[in-house]
Amino acid sequence: MAEATHEEVHRHPAPTGFIRKYIFSIDHKVIGIQYILLALAAVLVGMIMSVLMRVNLSWPGTHIKILETLFPQGAPGGVMSPEFYLSLVTMHGTIMVFFVLTTAPQGGFGNYFLPIQIGADDMAFPYLNMLSFWVTFVGFIVILLAIFAEGNATVGGWFTALGASWAGGSGTVGPIGGWTGYAPLSALGKIAGPGQGAGVNLWIISVAIFCVGSLLGALNFITTLLNMRAPGMSLMRMPLTCWAWFTTAVLALLSFPVLLGGGILLMLDRMVGTSFFIPGGLYVSGSTVPLHTGGSPLLWQHLFWFFGHPEVYIAIVPGMGATSHILSTFARKPVFGYRAMVFAIFAIGMLGFFVWGHHMFMSGMSPYSAIAFSVLTLSIGVPSAIKTFNWIGTLWGARIRFTTPMLFAIGFVSLFVAGGITGLVLGQTSLDFFFHDTYFVTAHFHLVMGVASIFGMFAATYFWFPKMFGRMMNEGLGKVHFWITFVGVYAIFIPFHAMGLLGMPRRYARFDEYEFLKNSKGLVLFVTIAAIITVIAQLIFYFNFFVSIWKGAKAGDNPWEATTLEWGIPSPPPHDNFAGIVPVVHHGPYEFSVPGAPNDFIMQTDPEGISVHADSGGVSGNGGNGHRH
Amino acid sequence: MAATVTGTDQAVGVGIGGGPRPKNGNGFHRNGGGKGDGDAFRFSPARYRLGAWFAIGSILMLFVALTSAYIVRSASSNDWQPIAIPKVLWLSTVLILFSSVTIEISRRSLKQKSEAGYNRWLAVTTILGLGFLGSQLIAWRQLARQGIYVASNPYSSFFYLLTAAHGVHLLGGLCALTYLLARKGKYRNQLDGELRRIGAADGVSIYWHFMDVLWLGLFGLLMFWR
Amino acid sequence: MGRLLGIVIWGITIASVWMFVSGKWWFPASISEHGGRVDSQFMITIIVVGISFTAAQVGLGWVVWKFRDNADKQRATYSHGNNRLEVVWTVVTAVIFISLGIMGQRVWASLHLHNAPPGSLQVEVVAQQFSWNFHYAGKDKAFGRTDPNLIDDSALNYVGIDETDPNAKDDAVVSTLVIPANRPVELILRSKDVTHSFFVPQLRFKQDLVPGMNIRVHFTANRVGKYELACAELCGMNHYKMKSFMLVLPENEFSELVTMPQDKFQARTAELMAKYQLPTY
Repeated sequence: MAEATHEEVHRHPAPTGFIRKYIFSIDHKVIGIQYILLALAAVLVGMIMSVLMRVNLSWPGTHIKILETLFPQGAPGGVMSPEFYLSLVTMHGTIMVFFVLTTAPQGGFGNYFLPIQIGADDMAFPYLNMLSFWVTFVGFIVILLAIFAEGNATVGGWFTALGASWAGGSGTVGPIGGWTGYAPLSALGKIAGPGQGAGVNLWIISVAIFCVGSLLGALNFITTLLNMRAPGMSLMRMPLTCWAWFTTAVLALLSFPVLLGGGILLMLDRMVGTSFFIPGGLYVSGSTVPLHTGGSPLLWQHLFWFFGHPEVYIAIVPGMGATSHILSTFARKPVFGYRAMVFAIFAIGMLGFFVWGHHMFMSGMSPYSAIAFSVLTLSIGVPSAIKTFNWIGTLWGARIRFTTPMLFAIGFVSLFVAGGITGLVLGQTSLDFFFHDTYFVTAHFHLVMGVASIFGMFAATYFWFPKMFGRMMNEGLGKVHFWITFVGVYAIFIPFHAMGLLGMPRRYARFDEYEFLKNSKGLVLFVTIAAIITVIAQLIFYFNFFVSIWKGAKAGDNPWEATTLEWGIPSPPPHDNFAGIVPVVHHGPYEFSVPGAPNDFIMQTDPEGISVHADSGGVSGNGGNGHRH
Repeated sequence: MAATVTGTDQAVGVGIGGGPRPKNGNGFHRNGGGKGDGDAFRFSPARYRLGAWFAIGSILMLFVALTSAYIVRSASSNDWQPIAIPKVLWLSTVLILFSSVTIEISRRSLKQKSEAGYNRWLAVTTILGLGFLGSQLIAWRQLARQGIYVASNPYSSFFYLLTAAHGVHLLGGLCALTYLLARKGKYRNQLDGELRRIGAADGVSIYWHFMDVLWLGLFGLLMFWR
Repeated sequence: MGRLLGIVIWGITIASVWMFVSGKWWFPASISEHGGRVDSQFMITIIVVGISFTAAQVGLGWVVWKFRDNADKQRATYSHGNNRLEVVWTVVTAVIFISLGIMGQRVWASLHLHNAPPGSLQVEVVAQQFSWNFHYAGKDKAFGRTDPNLIDDSALNYVGIDETDPNAKDDAVVSTLVIPANRPVELILRSKDVTHSFFVPQLRFKQDLVPGMNIRVHFTANRVGKYELACAELCGMNHYKMKSFMLVLPENEFSELVTMPQDKFQARTAELMAKYQLPTY
């Protein structure tokens, strides 16, 4: 009969020295913060790009001094050229989707809190965890390099020396194929225009590196969740955040390799003259292209979107988990329909693999498969609707505490509905006839994936900041941040639907060439003003975040009176999370307002607690013959 | 209030190092049902096995993508020109099949506590793996001598790509084998160290067998889907 | 705070619905035979969307108003959910969504699952960076052979017509799409370089032009006039001004035009372009 000694449960001792503690750390908590910081940097770059884009669309011909200094070729006299604009579009999308939406929600908060919420002392593979962050970081450096490889003549010159497909210095700030990089435009190289040289190569390399980093992370998440849960932490007692991170990791594990495969094929087409995506008989920029024959541009689209559709769920699912969690906590009520929520998140993940063709209705693919994809797409709305009903159900009969994280969580629900509901329009082939590649699509994905996901991240940040840093963020500033941002993002993206109704195509550097767009002027200006105000308001968040790390009010272990395992340990947690003590879980994750209990919340690890009969939604029996301590 | 671990810990059978086997088996169904047991933070070999399986899932998707590209491309135009498979690839196949056998022998030796057997058969597997890579390089040289390169025609593009992608992952497996051979980890205690060795050997074996099966699949594709 | 949030959510809902129903920003009027059916399907859909959107936002706004915490020290209602309700709203949602999905295939099927009716006017559309070329078969209704190796932009042979082919004698290649009203038209779409997309908003369809593929699409325009043609797939730096026009002509003007040789065809088209005006927006 062995008694577990405390010695046995430490797997690795606490690190010493600045480098091991904060730079090359294998502690999932440090790595989580590193991902969050990476995302904070990336989103700043992405936002600056979007403001530049808006300025160009509203006031084309504006002289922007800094552009003239930094990128004199692409913005002569400080005026953006159309190709400069298109490179902003491309980089904005790439940076936001990969380095913001696929890092912070999963690699950031997931890394920090998954192990703690399941009662583990770290991730399954700590060294792999560290590797996945640094690989992702390298990917970010490479994409930033693309800005200068195309935008700067000197840097561009270094790349041009590498070979024909590496021609740089064309004046743009990166590739100009959109984040989707359709072939053959992205495969032909510089004969297809500016931004098609070094920028595209670096883009492919950055994305490929990012794929690897994500795969390593996904592997870690799944193994950790399946192998390292504490006693009593059955799958159906996990917080919904854990289910969300789990689903996201499975999606990432299975979809990123496909993008990697496509990227390899694209690189080969560009560099060694294969013809995976380039057909024969092309005549580009005044001359024939004899080198290539037989490839299929549609093949790129299939490979890209087979990844691309699960990717958008990767972006939003962690936010759904965080929202469920935070809504329940501040409503002081269990999640309405826990089992249904688990089922819905899984259904969304699974179905997400079968609908990629809805990005390709007009591509020339088989119209029969288009019909199949369309009907499947509309059915994916069903689990999403279930989640929405359950979120509202969680708030019904609640006692809502309107803290900043709660405001953002409620905002998530509102934005997810607003963005998701237009999926009913775009998912129909007959309606996509008009709306494909218009601003209606841009409205849909910004609301449902971009903004809703950011709100999930904001909610998570304000919620978990006290645990991560031992200090509270400033509530007043948080609320100001919320109000401006909530109204602001609606002001930006609802008008995009109207632009789509006019027929306004995407990725247009200017709108003054077409009569049918002339009624858009007022909308465009309105959006730009809203965007500038909203982006400036984010400075409040940055200020609040960084200053509170040092100057915020000190936080206790459980400032929000929440129930899950992270709120039973100190803020910030010790190196191995539970100080060598193995947590034992006795309850489900959302035991709030239990009748007869002394407090309106029962922590998962609390061995006392009223025996609760299993209701229709959750299983939250206490731990059988639990020890008395 | 966190639970302090005390008390009764019923040994169910005896584990590798002589200590009690964790009550919840392979860790997959870790939901202790309320009894505190100090094994929660103890390593179980299942961790490395699970990791290996999921890694395989991921790598498999890469090859699924490349294979479907292969199939689509073969039908998309009339410039598909299958080439004669270099005979040395049959040698590759034999080598990798044997290496699966030897790594299995090695793994079982470890389970039966035969250090010598474990190390010896690991080394043989490594050599067979190197031989496999060598035979692949020979195949490439032969093709290059015939003037068949990556961009020569779509079939040859895939030939080089698929064999290279497989080879790169196999090289990763070889690094893992070398690591196992060189491993002399310091562990906090005997049991933990033993479990980690078993886990690592299991994980690497699973990965290696996958490399074998993957090779058979790719070889079959290149041979028969023309 | 709860009341404020409720009010703001309702306010946003009202503003959004207003933006749609005000009619200030709407499709340009349809000019195609199938366009009316697209528009009806959109109306049905947007009503469902509008009702769902409004109901959800109003519901959200209401719960945050009504169930805000106050000083009465009461607890929230302890409930893990309601299975019956889950089943009911799942089934209702599924029925509505999937029905919409099935209904949304009808117009698609009529355009894409059937071949163009015999006797359709055929026009080859060849897109390039950054202009459009329309190849007409002429009086003999047979397209002259084209070969990509014969393309020479500087010699104005944009689509690679093989002049030695007798069928090519009466072909015309122009930069404006000219079609007859009330007669089925079949476009055969291809691209010289990268992927483009054919989009005339009033026609209510778009179709990508993919290098290496010949994609067919057919429609019937039923209103005479001049309409703008835009590219709807990112094709490079001048994607935003890859512009042309579609002229829908009465039958007599059209049949006179389409049998003309190349230069007369172009000259006459220029006259007609001046004659017809764009719709008022």
